[in-house]
Amino acid sequence: MATSVVGAMEWIYLILVAVVLIFGLGVLLLNRRSARRPDRQPAPPAPRPDRPPKPADRGSAAGTAVLDRDADALEAPPEVPVQPEPLDEPEVLEQPTFRGRMSKARSALAAAFGSVRGRAGVTAETWDDLEEALLRADVGVAITDELLGGLKARVKAKEITSPDQLLAALRAEMTERLDGTDRSLRFDDSPGGPNVWLFVGVNGVGKTTTIGKVAKQQHDGGRSVLLAAGDTFRAAAAEQLHTWAERSGAAFVRGAEGGDPSSVIFDAVDSATAKGIDLVLGDTAGRLHTKTNLMDELGKVRRVASKGAGRVTEVLLVIDATTGQNGLTQTREFSKATKVAGDDASGITGVVLTKLDGSAKGGVVFAIETELGVPIKLVGLGETIVDLVPFNPTDFVDALFD
Amino acid sequence: MFDSLSSRLDGIVKRLRGKGRLTADDVDAVLQEIRTALLDADVNVGVVRNVVARIREQAVGADLSKALDPAQQVVKIVNNELTQMLGGETLKITYAGRPPTVVLMAGLQGSGKTTNSAKLARWFKAQGRQPLLVGADLQRPAAVEQLRTLGRQIDVPVFSEPGDPVNTARRGLEEARRLGRDVLIVDTAGRLAIDAELMEQVRQISEVVNPHYTFLVVDAMTGQDAVGVAEAFHQTLAIDGVIMSKLDGDARGGAALSVKEVIGRPIAFASTGEKINEFEQFHPDRMAGRILGMGDMLTLIEQAEQAFEKDQAEAAAERLLEGEFTLDDFLEQMQQLKKMGPLGGLLGMMPGIPKELKDAQIGDDALKPVEAIIRSMTPLERRKPELLNGSRRQRIAAGSGTTVTDVSRLVKQFSEMQKMMKRMGGGMARKGKKGKKGKGGNPFGGGMPDIGALLGGRPGGPGVFGGGMGPGGFPG
Repeated sequence: MATSVVGAMEWIYLILVAVVLIFGLGVLLLNRRSARRPDRQPAPPAPRPDRPPKPADRGSAAGTAVLDRDADALEAPPEVPVQPEPLDEPEVLEQPTFRGRMSKARSALAAAFGSVRGRAGVTAETWDDLEEALLRADVGVAITDELLGGLKARVKAKEITSPDQLLAALRAEMTERLDGTDRSLRFDDSPGGPNVWLFVGVNGVGKTTTIGKVAKQQHDGGRSVLLAAGDTFRAAAAEQLHTWAERSGAAFVRGAEGGDPSSVIFDAVDSATAKGIDLVLGDTAGRLHTKTNLMDELGKVRRVASKGAGRVTEVLLVIDATTGQNGLTQTREFSKATKVAGDDASGITGVVLTKLDGSAKGGVVFAIETELGVPIKLVGLGETIVDLVPFNPTDFVDALFD
Repeated sequence: MFDSLSSRLDGIVKRLRGKGRLTADDVDAVLQEIRTALLDADVNVGVVRNVVARIREQAVGADLSKALDPAQQVVKIVNNELTQMLGGETLKITYAGRPPTVVLMAGLQGSGKTTNSAKLARWFKAQGRQPLLVGADLQRPAAVEQLRTLGRQIDVPVFSEPGDPVNTARRGLEEARRLGRDVLIVDTAGRLAIDAELMEQVRQISEVVNPHYTFLVVDAMTGQDAVGVAEAFHQTLAIDGVIMSKLDGDARGGAALSVKEVIGRPIAFASTGEKINEFEQFHPDRMAGRILGMGDMLTLIEQAEQAFEKDQAEAAAERLLEGEFTLDDFLEQMQQLKKMGPLGGLLGMMPGIPKELKDAQIGDDALKPVEAIIRSMTPLERRKPELLNGSRRQRIAAGSGTTVTDVSRLVKQFSEMQKMMKRMGGGMARKGKKGKKGKGGNPFGGGMPDIGALLGGRPGGPGVFGGGMGPGGFPG
């Protein structure tokens, strides 16, 4: 302990002084710049608050309101009615297939694989095509190199000779990388308090919508569900979640806009415990993983969720399929933030990959699974409730190829 | 974490050292690393191919200046090339002769259209205009409500009515004329680019309001798909400029380069934070360095400028250079520093940080013992650490949960650092003048101390500063 502290301190100390020093120089330079450029806005003198102040137009600052299923206690909605998200009745919908949804825009990959097949043998161009196809699917340089490196060796050893064999081997290799992982949503049904599943992620990935769909699916599967509106930041996020609660027959707990999200989660767990509800789904505000204080806030939400009778069995990171290599960093940082000291199983327990029905391929999941060992659990293939499906590696890889 | 390009190139640099001219093989080795850096930054594969080809042309046979090592020279070529690609013509807003000037916002779900509509409105307001926001995103639940909330914050009226988005847009335009607002910003629903119905809807809105500017909002974290999305929107709407959102994250933002290259329209604005005023016109020179992972001093300084109490920090910097920097000052600056975000992220932005340091995975917890030690000192001790005798040190160690060795080390290093700073104070005057010439063109130019040199020796070792501050880690 002592040595590690000392070791870290040596560096830290130097860095700090360096940063302070640089800052000093920076200020001097900037002053000169601003003197020359009067249009430049001066920096605000006060340390910036992280969130802009919210107009206190609703409720008390800290109180949370517990609303029941019938939700007649809900405050009147704001001037513009919240429009329901598009939702068809589940029974008229067929379970979507990966291939069907992902293949809407497959040109780039299909074209590359097509030209690989079109050649008589495996040539230099073959490798270029494959590399380009994988990179285009956001698989990333490292994993692409690994995949192709292994195949190149096998081609050299004459294990693989034809383009068809090569593609089959690549497909098998990619599937294998994702195979053998437990992707079920963990639920502890031994007697005790409610299970808690938290949903986290950067802004705009579709957390609230995902929760709504999970709520409906879980409720239809026979579990009683409570939705906790832990996104107290985004305007009208709670209304959006409330719509989902009504639609899925779930109970609903919200706090004041701009209030403390961990108190909302705490109240939600409390309320669920009192009512004997099986599962609490906790929404959180979208945040960039580079904002320390917001990540700290998330850590607190995670800790508070298991403070009472709640048992946090899933912390799901929602990632948008259009996300590039930053998805890896996101997973790492969110995992760090939601780690509970002394609990190795804590941190991010699974990833939900949304918007996979667009033209993006979501190839970053290979890196997330193999480098960080975090399983992809659910994927969003469309807007309706049945479009949120368990991740299936074979289907996913097949959809990339066909 | 991505390795910074400079650390990746280290091995190659050693091999190239002493060569007077780059051969094709040398250039290939360097370009391979640059290619990886660009791909890691999510620059589109096709765009990477073109960039690399262009750079190869410039780099092969380029005469090497003695001052720069060959790899750095290639990096410089790359940096210039990217800056040029990202920059080119900038978008200058000209206002319509017959107001209102109409701006249409388009983009994917979750890219940040609504937030950026409000930010743009605030920007126009700051230019002395009177914008009106129109909420034509009737698809996403509560999108209009979000826009209204933001509108209230910036004191800009918001028009919307339930029903048909196309009609809302049309009525919004009439409303702007009626109210005499001179800029109209229309927020539209976001959908997947391949959603034909939604694309048709936004096309109709565009037809009805006949925008002077159509902006595409692109998430900085977007991967390879950015190009496809931009092409699809450009085909439907004729994009005039791009707004990069979420640039305050750590995504390297290769999407910016890809989109610029493919649709040939400038990146007009960048959203750099959640606060409504964190929105600015785009700086191509900074983005180039960021995509290459070369660190970005200007961004760092700006972040610092926002996080630190300016007067205090300036005074502290003065004291630092005069050798009168106390542990109190240090503690205070450390608190400010914490506000700038995770230490690891800050290090990533500094050029010239040794690789082993970046890899050290320095958590913010590492600051805690330092903080605890200083907090366990009396105010007098903080001002005069030389007072610290054995028993005082013992007390401090007990109070902070550290050992006497830790306390002594901190005190020793602090006083050494103080001496160095004082020595540097003399050099500062000269350096400051040189910095003036920097003109903010190249973020890696002179004016910044080289942290590499600063940290080059083992901490506490003699002569850490050697010959004073060298230029930044990259050629200027």
